[in-house]
Amino acid sequence: MSRIAARFAQLRAEGRGALMPFLEAYDPDPATSMALLRGLPGAGADLIEVGVPFTDPMADGPTVQRAGQRALKAGGTLAGALAMVRDFRREDDETPIVLMGYLNPILAYDTERFCRDAAASGVDGLIVVDLPPEEAEELADPARQQGLDLIRLIAPTTDETRLPKVLAGTSGFIYYVAIAGITGTRSATRDALAEAIPRVRRFTELPIAIGFGVRTPQQAAEAVQVADGAVVASALIDTLAASLDEKGRARPDTVRKVLDQVRDLAEAVRGARVPA
Amino acid sequence: MNQPLPNSLRQGPDGRGRFGQFGGRYVAETLMPVIQEVEQAYLAARQDPAFMAEWRRLLKDYVGRPSPLWFCERLTQHARAEAGAGSGKGAKIYFKREELNHTGAHKINAVLGQILLAKRMGKPRIIAETGAGQHGVATATACALFGLKCVVYMGATDVERQQPNVFRMKLLGAEVIPVTSGAGTLKDAMNEAMRDWVANVADTYYCIGTVAGPAPFPQMVRDFQCVIGEEARSQILAAEGRLPDALVCAVGGGSSAMGLFHPFLDDPDVAIWGVEAAGHGMETEQHAASLNKGRPGVLHGNRTYLLQDPHGQIIEAHSISAGLDYPGIGPEHAWLHEIGRVTYVGINDQEALDAFLLCSRLEGIIPALESAHGLAQVMKLAPEMPEESIILLNLSGRGDKDIFTVAKHLGETL
Repeated sequence: MSRIAARFAQLRAEGRGALMPFLEAYDPDPATSMALLRGLPGAGADLIEVGVPFTDPMADGPTVQRAGQRALKAGGTLAGALAMVRDFRREDDETPIVLMGYLNPILAYDTERFCRDAAASGVDGLIVVDLPPEEAEELADPARQQGLDLIRLIAPTTDETRLPKVLAGTSGFIYYVAIAGITGTRSATRDALAEAIPRVRRFTELPIAIGFGVRTPQQAAEAVQVADGAVVASALIDTLAASLDEKGRARPDTVRKVLDQVRDLAEAVRGARVPA
Repeated sequence: MNQPLPNSLRQGPDGRGRFGQFGGRYVAETLMPVIQEVEQAYLAARQDPAFMAEWRRLLKDYVGRPSPLWFCERLTQHARAEAGAGSGKGAKIYFKREELNHTGAHKINAVLGQILLAKRMGKPRIIAETGAGQHGVATATACALFGLKCVVYMGATDVERQQPNVFRMKLLGAEVIPVTSGAGTLKDAMNEAMRDWVANVADTYYCIGTVAGPAPFPQMVRDFQCVIGEEARSQILAAEGRLPDALVCAVGGGSSAMGLFHPFLDDPDVAIWGVEAAGHGMETEQHAASLNKGRPGVLHGNRTYLLQDPHGQIIEAHSISAGLDYPGIGPEHAWLHEIGRVTYVGINDQEALDAFLLCSRLEGIIPALESAHGLAQVMKLAPEMPEESIILLNLSGRGDKDIFTVAKHLGETL
């Protein structure tokens, strides 16, 4: 069983949802980013999303854009993100890691070689924002061969005629984009999610995580009341960014501040009492 | 049934929006449904005689089409003098005068088609990206005409160097949003427009200015711009009784070039030249020559040639012309480059400036800096061609917007 499936099975047995924090690889520098990654499971992360920096992140708002720019300035690359996962796996063989990014760095790396190296580094799943199912073939085949889950995004605009097409070939879990918009901007209402998630559930047995606009412990708790996981990205990056000095460098308490916020989120998620 | 004719280069794209391996539809899931809606609406509209008649009416009575085909007698004499008297060389130079269109460039052709489509789709809010500002002005113009809300994203760097067009857009009632991310040029404006669209899919239509982006935009913008090549074809036949020997057009995203080239793709005796901006020189890092110096990749919804580093990060383009300052190119050009039907060359900033001045003084036409790149290539080719041959340039825009940039390079203050 893959790490992702095992983790969701375990959480289901415990009767709770997953907290999935996001960090941008190399933001603001490789050492800080690595320290954060190492600290996340202890702070309550059930799965981890590692963002791969890209110059043109079209689905991301200003917070993630700036994280990407800091990461690129610090030398961030797809290979660098894989190296971080490799280092992480020396100490943690259970917490699933999902790489999230855009297609072009993968194409430049070479799709097949990337899938081999990602699997060998201990990556469990891939989210490629600008790769809709209609274009996914070239990545889906090598990913499947390497046992990597290709996790698809479902948006509020994905209607019921389109849902089966998007879900076919998806594995690991479903990433439900809570708002029609970019990251770090608006949040969905609790009612909107309560209506949307059951609609998706009718078409899939896979766990569903909610992302885009999940910022506070309360929002994370609400997300796992209707779904199986909550992804928090921009709110954590905002904390990281606010902790940097005037030259954009990490301060001694940068990692602690972000991890403290993850702890608060984890506590809320664990106390949310998901109905079985 | 729908089998493409193997001997035609004019059948693309295929059902997946591809020209060979290029094109496609690489966008976030949130946008997929609206983009498919645009495709369905476009395919229906082009079959609708009333829609096409309305577009043709606007082209004639509002834009002023057909645009003239002008025989450039003095530039031709200049080319013959360059070739040397008695050499028998120096092609006849013709301009397809898109700069005479309302709003001063070819952009309005496809904008009017797209705005009619947006109306048909019931989208009251229009967004656009712009580099030099020509597409922004054209979009703002059409929105004023149809009473639609218009938001134009423009890189902060371009806002700075294209002030007259920024003011024009404001006069026309558009909101111009300067984009500061990246280098603040066309690429970044396009990112920001995409982000706007993701957040406003329900009421917004994204009026893309070039033959790039996710399918169906490369095809749709090309189809509307083909009016250039179709007119040029019948005009040159009327004037000379035959097709030209060579076509030339500058390429940034490549909409003016596709519009001229496409109706001639199946005429093997017509040589076709696309001119990329070589900036400070192809051998430097400061250029916009994505076909000559880039590699295939995916950006802004399509697979095409891109300026990128070994890690797949996009590199900022450079050109004296804001309209060519883009690190990618339309996917159909990428395909025409790979199959060798069109030859893509580079013209640097200085060569373009020289052609800008030459055109102003010899023909009394101040060309856009974009078009000046094309003219510089014409002035390289024409003296090498026999006197009886014909070379046709798409003079895609007028240069009023560029006079500040040119003055700066000439060391003059306006």
